[in-house]
Amino acid sequence: MNYNVNEKGYYGEFGGAFIPEMLYPNVEELRQKYLEVMAEPDFKKEFNQLLKDYVGRPSPLYFAKRLSEKYHTKIYLKREDLNHTGAHKINNTIGQILMAKRLGKTRIIAETGAGQHGVATATVCALMGLECIVYMGEIDIARQAPNVARMKMLGAKVVPALSGSRTLKDATNEAIRDWINNPVNTHYIIGSAIGPHPYPDMVTRFQSIISEEIKWQLKEQIGRENPDYVVACIGGGSNAAGTYYHFLHEPDVNIIAVEAAGLGVNSGESAATSVLGKEGIIHGCKTLLMQTNDGQITEPYSISAGLDYPGVGPMHAHLCKTGRAEFMAITDDEAMTAGLELCQLEGIIPAIESSHALAIFEQRTFKPDDVIVVSLSGRGDKDLDTYIKYFKL
Amino acid sequence: MNRINQKLKEDKKLLSIYFTAGYPSLNDTVTIIQNLEKSGVDMIEIGLPFSDPLADGPTIQASSTQALKNGMTTEVLFKQLKDIRKSVSIPLIIMGYFNPVLQYGVEAFCKKCQEIGIDGLIIPDLPVDVYHDEYKTIFEHYGLINVFLITPQTSDERIRFIDSVSNGFIYMVSSASVTGSQSGFGDENTAYFKRIADMHLKNPQIVGFGISDHETFTQATAYAKGAIIGSAFIKHLTSKKIDTINEFVNFVVK
Ligand SMILES: Cc1ncc(COP(=O)(O)O)c(C=O)c1O
Repeated sequence: MNYNVNEKGYYGEFGGAFIPEMLYPNVEELRQKYLEVMAEPDFKKEFNQLLKDYVGRPSPLYFAKRLSEKYHTKIYLKREDLNHTGAHKINNTIGQILMAKRLGKTRIIAETGAGQHGVATATVCALMGLECIVYMGEIDIARQAPNVARMKMLGAKVVPALSGSRTLKDATNEAIRDWINNPVNTHYIIGSAIGPHPYPDMVTRFQSIISEEIKWQLKEQIGRENPDYVVACIGGGSNAAGTYYHFLHEPDVNIIAVEAAGLGVNSGESAATSVLGKEGIIHGCKTLLMQTNDGQITEPYSISAGLDYPGVGPMHAHLCKTGRAEFMAITDDEAMTAGLELCQLEGIIPAIESSHALAIFEQRTFKPDDVIVVSLSGRGDKDLDTYIKYFKL
Repeated sequence: MNRINQKLKEDKKLLSIYFTAGYPSLNDTVTIIQNLEKSGVDMIEIGLPFSDPLADGPTIQASSTQALKNGMTTEVLFKQLKDIRKSVSIPLIIMGYFNPVLQYGVEAFCKKCQEIGIDGLIIPDLPVDVYHDEYKTIFEHYGLINVFLITPQTSDERIRFIDSVSNGFIYMVSSASVTGSQSGFGDENTAYFKRIADMHLKNPQIVGFGISDHETFTQATAYAKGAIIGSAFIKHLTSKKIDTINEFVNFVVK
């Protein structure tokens, strides 16, 4: 079984590019050039240099001793939270800004939910001196004020998405409309492993640095490259795609994908797409998405804004359908508890998104010898408000 | 012969009007269609509303959101249109996004369209390549004409491919934009209209996006076979009653 994208842009039956003709020239240009550009020695050199000197990679692979003791197994944390701007998102924006420059683009647009991808995009635009416009749902702007301020300080223009439900999916629609209106000078930096081909594959490749490092770091620390499990939370699925990438075709590595169950999978307030979703089309790709019987896209819910997306990337839809990955759903309460536990056992305040991945240890037992690598996709600074309210700190 | 092909043979510039089904009120659909025909409109695009209309500007988005709130669904639209051919004879096209069609079932959707007497479909996010490889035979089996878009950025080679796959007309998007975002055409638009006319395609072209009044209608149809008005008509429906549709049409074609 092949878990990578095929030459037509599909992962099994998922993926493709279901885009209006107005977007065709841009997406087609990207499709024709992205692999070639990424293979250029100059590109690789600049990308790797920036990841090292600017982002601070390699990010540590940390053996979480006290957490491991508590759950009687061996837990390693891939510390994406230590990256510049505080999450894995910057791996992708560094790659895409270099891509945009090679394509001769001078104007950058992005969508953002919680603001993490918006901040990571504004950061690389400042770094490269390019104009930056970030679309953000009006409701998210109100609930993520610190990240809005960060983007502004970094020189980005934050445009409220006023249509539909005024959250992440609508911000994505607005970014796509902007791209339709500005087809020549603009590059759209998508923030997850979603969208029309080649975006899911391009984002996955930029994020694959995560599993590339895990391999040699594990080899150094325990003498073998492959863990028994890799675990990551899934919003659109970019940190997960990067964490799984080099293990997809290693049958001895089990893959666990963690979705946000919100108030409970069957509560009507959830973002567990693999359970609640059906095959359909969202933002230009065929994948699993939450929708009405009639094909209208519905609004998900999770306490973590970064997991609050009604679809999953097409690669993950394929991993789910084929059974290559095991999908688990974690509620708000379970995630918050796991987040606080990591603070108290390891001295690390995780992003609430990442806390979902950590919460699986209460749900499921592992063997004492199992080596489990969890993607700690981001740090919790951005979530302090939510933690304060939740725990009445 | 399909009503669209018949209409395209008429020796006149065609006016096509888009409206969102279920807007302003859920049950306005049939009245709007009848009033449009009575007012002398040549062809109608019935918009099947979608929650996430990527190619549409604020006016059509807002009408779609309202229509969905009013209770419009694929099933409801088909019910409303059940007897439409008893009172209306001009070509009718359903315009909608691909996901609702996919959920209904592409074949079931096409079959229903044929039963009702729908002549064609416009599905902006169903790319020509996918249509050609997967759905063309189904559409043709049910006698439906599928209409594709081209833009000023579409390459000549791709336009020729789209022309070869089309069997009705080509929807020429006037400029790089979503719906409803333009006011007036400049030299650049005119040059593009002329460039396409000079390609002598087998399918006639109908211009859409940015047409709102008599002047833009005349400019758009100087080279093309017809023009489509969407956002400007929705705005009219928003501010006036649906029995004043003839005022709008007279103002465009005079
Ligand atoms: C820290 C963190 N983790 C995870 C995610 C979810 O995104 P993805 O599934 O693309 O990794 C986000 C999104 O904002 C995030 O900020």
